[in-house]
Formats: sequence, C-alpha cells, structure tokens
Amino acid sequence: MGEKILMKGNEALAEAAIRAGCRHFFGYPITPQSELAAYMAKYLPKAGGVYLQAESEVAAINMVYGASAAGVRVMTSSSSPGISLKGEGISYMIGADLPGLIVNINRGGPGLGSIQPSQADYWMATRATGHGDGQIIVLAPSTVQEMADYARLAFELGDRYRMPAMILADGLLGQMMEPVELPEPIDPKSLPAKDWAVTGTQGKRKNNKVNSLRLAAQDLEDAVLERYARYQTIKETEQLAQLELVDDAEVVVVAYGAASRIVRSAIMLAREEGIKVGMIRPITLWPFPTQAIQAACKTAKAFLTVELNTGQMVDDVRLAVTQGLPVSFFGHSGGVVPTPTEVLVAIKKALAGELFHILPFRSKLEAGD
Amino acid sequence: MTAEKNPILFGRTAGLSEKVNNFCPGCLHGIAQRLVAESIDRLGLIGQTVGITPVGCAVIAYEFYSCDMVQAAHGRAPAVATGLKRARPENTIFTYQGDGDLASIGMAETIHAATRGENITVIFINNAIYGMTGGQLAPTSLPGQITQTSPYGRDVKVAGNPIRVCELLSSLDGVALAQRVTVNSPSNVRKAGKAIRKAFEYQNEGLGFTIVEILTTCPTNWGLAPNKALGWLEDNLIPYYPLGVYKDIKAGE
Repeated sequence: MGEKILMKGNEALAEAAIRAGCRHFFGYPITPQSELAAYMAKYLPKAGGVYLQAESEVAAINMVYGASAAGVRVMTSSSSPGISLKGEGISYMIGADLPGLIVNINRGGPGLGSIQPSQADYWMATRATGHGDGQIIVLAPSTVQEMADYARLAFELGDRYRMPAMILADGLLGQMMEPVELPEPIDPKSLPAKDWAVTGTQGKRKNNKVNSLRLAAQDLEDAVLERYARYQTIKETEQLAQLELVDDAEVVVVAYGAASRIVRSAIMLAREEGIKVGMIRPITLWPFPTQAIQAACKTAKAFLTVELNTGQMVDDVRLAVTQGLPVSFFGHSGGVVPTPTEVLVAIKKALAGELFHILPFRSKLEAGD
Repeated sequence: MTAEKNPILFGRTAGLSEKVNNFCPGCLHGIAQRLVAESIDRLGLIGQTVGITPVGCAVIAYEFYSCDMVQAAHGRAPAVATGLKRARPENTIFTYQGDGDLASIGMAETIHAATRGENITVIFINNAIYGMTGGQLAPTSLPGQITQTSPYGRDVKVAGNPIRVCELLSSLDGVALAQRVTVNSPSNVRKAGKAIRKAFEYQNEGLGFTIVEILTTCPTNWGLAPNKALGWLEDNLIPYYPLGVYKDIKAGE
C-alpha cells in the first residue's frame, strides 16, 4: 500500500490526472474549481506538460477538442455556468468520437446561481451536455480518494469508448481535505497509440479526418447508430454503484456524491432505531446503475432518492425500479445542504408507505410533520 | 534539353486529394485552397501538417486535402489549432476560415490566439458575405453593401462598421506575419502563394502567429457573373481592404 497524504479533492483529482498520463489542461477561471486549475498550472509544466488559461470556456473546450484530436490525454475543469458554455465543444467531441476529461465542480444554478455545493447539473450531465443525439460517461465521486480514483477511470473509459467523460462533483468534495492514496503514475508514452489521431501522415498512411459533419442523412444515422451500439455495450458492462446495508433494507436510499455522505449519517441514525435502511450510491451516473436498483427491488419495499436539487436523478430511479415500488424524493437546492436529521424524517415517511416529493420545508420536517 | 513528348507543366498538387471540390463556379476558394495545398507540398510539409476547416463554404474541405484534417465548430478553429499545436508542436497547423467564422463568431478565438503568439497559420478568406447560409451580412460586408440581411444596403448606423482584420491584428505583439493578398489575377495569385509559403516558414521557425487574408469573390451571393465579380472586388473590396503587409517581424532583416 502506498502512503496516504492529506489533500483537497480538487488537488487530488488534478494530481491523479497527471498520474493518469494527462499532460494537457485547458481551462478558464471559475469558483469552486480554482484549486484544480491552480494545481495544474503549478505542476503540469514540471511534468513536461502544458497548462493554458484560455480566453473563454468555449475556447478551452475547443482546445481540448484539438489536443484530443492529436491523440493525447487532455482535460478541462469548470463549474456549472462554465459547463453550459462548454456544451458546444462537448457535442462536437461526441460527434467526432473524441475522448477527454471534463470536470464539473457543480454549483447552484440556474444562471450565476451560487457557489455552494449542488447537484443541479445532473440532468445536463446525463441528458444533454450539448446538442444532438449522444451521451457522455459521468462519474460521481463522494470522497477525496474517489476524486483521484475516478480521474484515472474517466481517462480509461473515455479512451476505450472514444467519448468524453465527466467527473461530476461539487465544491464540498473539491475543497474538503481527506487522506488520499495516490495511484502509481503512468508514463504518457506508454499509453497505446491512437491510430485515428491527426498526428501528421508522415507519408506513411492515408490521411486521418476528425469530423462530426455527416451531410447525408443516412450517413449521420449510421454514425449515430454506431455510437448507440457502443452506448448499449457501456450500459451493459460499465455500471458502477456502491451498496451499503442493502441486503436486509426495507427502504433503499439512492444518493450520489456529497449527498451520499449525509445519507450515510442518516442511515446510522435510523439503524440505531432499528430501521432497516440501506443505500445505493451510483458511481456511474451515466450509465445509470439500473442493475443495482433492480436487484434491490427483490427485497426493498420503498425507495427514497436524496439529491442536492429539486429532483433529477429520481427520474432514473423511477425508470429503473420494477414491481411498481414507490420512489420518493427529498432534497435541497440552491446550495443548501440537508441535515442527516431531515433525511431520517424522510426515511421514516418512506418506511410508513408514504409516496412524496419533499422540497425544503425544513422547519416542518424538523418538527416531524 | 531532353525532348519530352507530353511534359506535364501543371497538375494537381500532391497537397490535394482526388476529390472534386464543391465550390460555386467563379468562386476563388478553389484557387486559395490550391495555393495552401501547393505550399505545404512545395515546402515538403504534407506529412506533418494538420489542417482545420471552419463552418462555412469550406466546411468539407477536410475532403480536399491529402494531409490530416480536423473539422472545427463555428469560429473555434484557432482554439482547436491551439490544442493541436500544444499537443504536438512538431506539426504544422493551419486553419482555413471565412469572414463570418473568423471575424464574427470566432473573433475572440482569433484575437487571443494571435496575441498569445500561437504558432499557427491562419488562412482568412474575406469575401464580405456569408456564403454557405445564402448571402447574409458579414462582419466585413462593406458600407452600403446589399445582402440578404441588409436588403437596403449596410447601414453602419444600424449594423455597425466593417472590421479590417489584418490592421486590427497587426497591433498585437504575438503576430509574426499579417498580410492581405488577393487571387484575382495571375500575378496576384503568385504573390498570394508567396505569402502563404512565408507564413508556413515563419511557423516552422517558431516565430508566432501568422495570418494571410485573401480577398475573394462570391459571385453567387453577390449576384454577379464571375468576371463582374472580379471587377467588383477590384473596385470595392480592395479600396476598403488595401492589399499589403501589415506586419512582418522579419521585414527589417
């Protein structure tokens, strides 16, 4: 085992990306991802890499597009309003089958919103990061260790399936410090060559073209369907979720990222009272871990989704559950973080057979209404 | 002198693919594109060059070159070029962009790549109109110019004034070469080819951002026969956008 060191989530992710062979970072300043870009600015040049502050989020993602087309591991990081701007470039990356890591340290929205922890970008990440008929891989860490671990996983999945991958975290995970064991570094030169990359023909092969344009409708449908087949493979083989105390659970809470940490505390409180409750923590938000949800349907009586938004992932939980089991929701939005006590109240309601969609009536919940 | 029966005096440059281009009759894109392809061939750069096509009439030009090619989002070619060049500095990178792409939606990318001294070559096709979408007002459309979206002529009080790109960029320290040429006559074609080769040479010497602006015609959307369009370019475009070298950091040498 390697040595554990204390790091901020944003910095652990940055260091892990460098250790995953990433030597190119293009970004634009925004809170609360600043530590990530600052770390890259400091350490990428020392690793023989390039940190470049772009003139805009739009330019940054298009620099990622260019570097990815050249065949290198490349990334950008931003936060919600910045990810909106990157949507164009992400769509082009999907259309041109280019990998690349996009980090979203999610903040409250819409608009300029707040800079507090939020999961309000779940829909944007999993449904439509940009225009068109396509997907990206979305990973949701819940600890500083996972910020590091998933950085490498995102690069590996992106390269394997030739598509962008996103790490969807928030300011809580980005700025908190926890012990982390960093992965062993990979030499970028040891990574497999990408035969589709535009590296110059060197007079040795036919020219490569990186392109998302398919003017003929049938050509475009063929390209979209080829990608769709890839998505089906990913859905079948790459779902990841962490299960906690699910085996005997009558109520299964589904929560990812920072919300899952609060839910864990609530579950401990509930178990002390003898309530059989467990948690499914989706690690891959796309592909959504429907297999884990469906497996839990065999024993669970009810599901409760807890999110830092007004109810987004709950759609996917409802699509995944079988046998008509009730799926309730509890959440806070705007950067307000729920307390474990609030979640406990919601768990008890779900256990009592209620079907609900509760938004922050904090005072009522604490009163036990 | 060896007597050859059918000597080939002029043919397809190795920089171009076999694909027949899609430009309208009389459009000067074909000449500009050939000059770029010929330049990378003459300089022996085909194998190390990556070209970037814009959104606009040259959008499918990735089919027309024999080097590696990338298609970019509208206006983003200089950012895409930056990513390519930073990832593989040993490669020669060019963008090929129209006036709407470069000077309107992509102006931020253009100016910042220029001021960074990004070591890339930008070929800027200025025909004072949007071609692909059917002839709308461009950032470089002339005052009074009638287009689909300025049917009464460009009123600068409403639509603002045109942008002179070479003049604008020449004030930036990162620019190594900014030159405006045209391809409306054999001698101007030769001068344009020379400028393009110089831009590639500067890039390979690592001197910084190079831009060659080429004034061209758009007979289709100008509503003029090709020969009349050449005359309109001579009478209207060149006076507003004077040909010449606006910046050349080696000029004093």
